[in-house]
Amino acid sequence: MHPVFLTILKRLGLGVLTLLVVSMVIFSAVEMLPGDFTEAVLGQRATVETVAAFRKELGLDQPAILRYLDWLGSVCTGDLGTSFSGRDASGIDRSRPVTELIAPRLTNTLFLATFTAIIAVPLSLILGLLTALYRNTIFDRSTNITTLTAISFPEFFVAYTLILFLASLFQIFPSLSNVDENTLFFERVYMTALPAITLTLVTVAHMLRMTRAAIINLLASSYIEMATLKGTTKLNIILRHALPNAWAPIATVVAFNLAYMVVGVVVVEVVFVYPGIGQLMVDAVTSRDIPVVQGCALIFACTYIFLNLTADIIGIVTNPRLLHPR
Amino acid sequence: MPKSNITNYSAKIESALVYTRRSRFERFWIELRKAPLTAWIGMITVSLYIFVALFAPFIAPYGEAEVFPVPYDVWSDKHIFGTDQIGRDIYTRLIYGARNTIGIAVATTFLAFLIGGFLGLLATILRGWVDQILSRLVDVLMAIPGLIFSLVLLSVFGSTITSLIIIIGTLESTRIFRLTRSVGLNVVVMEFVEAAQLRGESLRWIITKEILPNIVPPLAAEFGLRFCFIFLLISSLSFLGVGIQPPTADWGSMVRENASLIQFAKFDIFVAITPLLPAASIAILTVAVNFIVDWFLHTSSGLKDEK
Repeated sequence: MHPVFLTILKRLGLGVLTLLVVSMVIFSAVEMLPGDFTEAVLGQRATVETVAAFRKELGLDQPAILRYLDWLGSVCTGDLGTSFSGRDASGIDRSRPVTELIAPRLTNTLFLATFTAIIAVPLSLILGLLTALYRNTIFDRSTNITTLTAISFPEFFVAYTLILFLASLFQIFPSLSNVDENTLFFERVYMTALPAITLTLVTVAHMLRMTRAAIINLLASSYIEMATLKGTTKLNIILRHALPNAWAPIATVVAFNLAYMVVGVVVVEVVFVYPGIGQLMVDAVTSRDIPVVQGCALIFACTYIFLNLTADIIGIVTNPRLLHPR
Repeated sequence: MPKSNITNYSAKIESALVYTRRSRFERFWIELRKAPLTAWIGMITVSLYIFVALFAPFIAPYGEAEVFPVPYDVWSDKHIFGTDQIGRDIYTRLIYGARNTIGIAVATTFLAFLIGGFLGLLATILRGWVDQILSRLVDVLMAIPGLIFSLVLLSVFGSTITSLIIIIGTLESTRIFRLTRSVGLNVVVMEFVEAAQLRGESLRWIITKEILPNIVPPLAAEFGLRFCFIFLLISSLSFLGVGIQPPTADWGSMVRENASLIQFAKFDIFVAITPLLPAASIAILTVAVNFIVDWFLHTSSGLKDEK
């Protein structure tokens, strides 16, 4: 078997293990709830029978390990449990399954994330490459100061400044992105323009700095100096000597920042009232609807781990030294 | 003793001169005079913030939660930045916000350093299974994004200031653990540490007298950076409505409470930028701290810009 294949398999196994432990951590959130939370969910007028039924539904009469395995089994088959909201003291249950709440919002969030990535990734890679090639020029320095400032800004500051100028003073884009499933594609793009621009600005700053650092690091190595000394053209150095070794750091940078975007999405969605999974999670935290919080956290954590894993694997697959072992 | 004035030089006099090392303050001042403009801007801004935070009750014209009859009032002499949604003076709340927001962030950063630094040093010195267990634990905690993890924990424990400080302090301590461990590992292998261990010094002595003085510069820089992260994280959580709760004045929640004013930009630009004032306060402080950290990293590590 090819040694690269083995390394990838090992990395995949590690990823699955991490996921398993993370799921355990997220599951134990319910364990840490105070004992009287059933009353808090059902209301003070709840009868002893409704409380007992609710506890039985949550499986609180069983040991934690059995409940975890049960929960894990249903999560794997796509069942994230039922929301705490919509229940009341009378025992009438109007609660909805968590999957039903999450599914439409997940597509919205994915749309926003893909939209942003399509703009942000090429933009920051090109700018990062340019600043690395023309380093210590005015162009590089001004970009450096701009990105350093942009990183220090909270997302909501960027978002509201954009709203002030692009939606309020000059009404170019709508300030609310309340799309629904009937919104047509182009209208949807137009309505999500402002959240996408906000996310782009925040992630480009990070991605650009990291790309620049990775490329400069690469250009300092001796084989590049050798290529320069033997008279290879600048374009050829980049394309034939630098780029094959640059894929790994660049992939890491992109994946890392997409993972960063996953988190940034929460604040941006709340600012623009965009019906995504981040807003759902914040609402669930406010109302302490634990199953929904768990579901959202699990999705965020999975995406995060998956993106980091992808970066690792791309790094391994594109590494010429690993591909052609001596 | 200026050299040019010496007419009758003698080696005897020179060798008799007592040379004293420059005091800590003098050395600090020399370094400070070489600081670039950005570092000076950063230091002045940060001192200004600290001053406002410490003397908030004396600077603020009104009380922190004092309510006036007109909500969403315009900018005037009586209320410099107008009033908020229930008629509290925005200028006053900005000043008190400095105290609350910065105070909580500083406390959280200290807690994170206390936990992370102590466990990190423990892992470097004891090695073996202590190191293994702590490192794996940190790996797991770092596999979940910080904001998401704090949201989960806040939904369980509720949003009080105490739980906010403990949750974020614990989560952020993972990064400090990693840093302390990696820097500490370089020091712990040195001969003087081994000598101290052979002398039979206690664990406490080895940590405080042998290792800690050697890893202070990177930890100090990390303190600045970590403060920025924690400050932004707490502000974001407060903005989302799950961080610092009203009536405590806080910049993050002030942005959210007054956000709807932005839509009136066409009619009164000043009212429209009111919600941006607390957001700008957050942004300016983070930029200022970053400027200082940048300069500090530059001088303490002798690190020059990559060529």
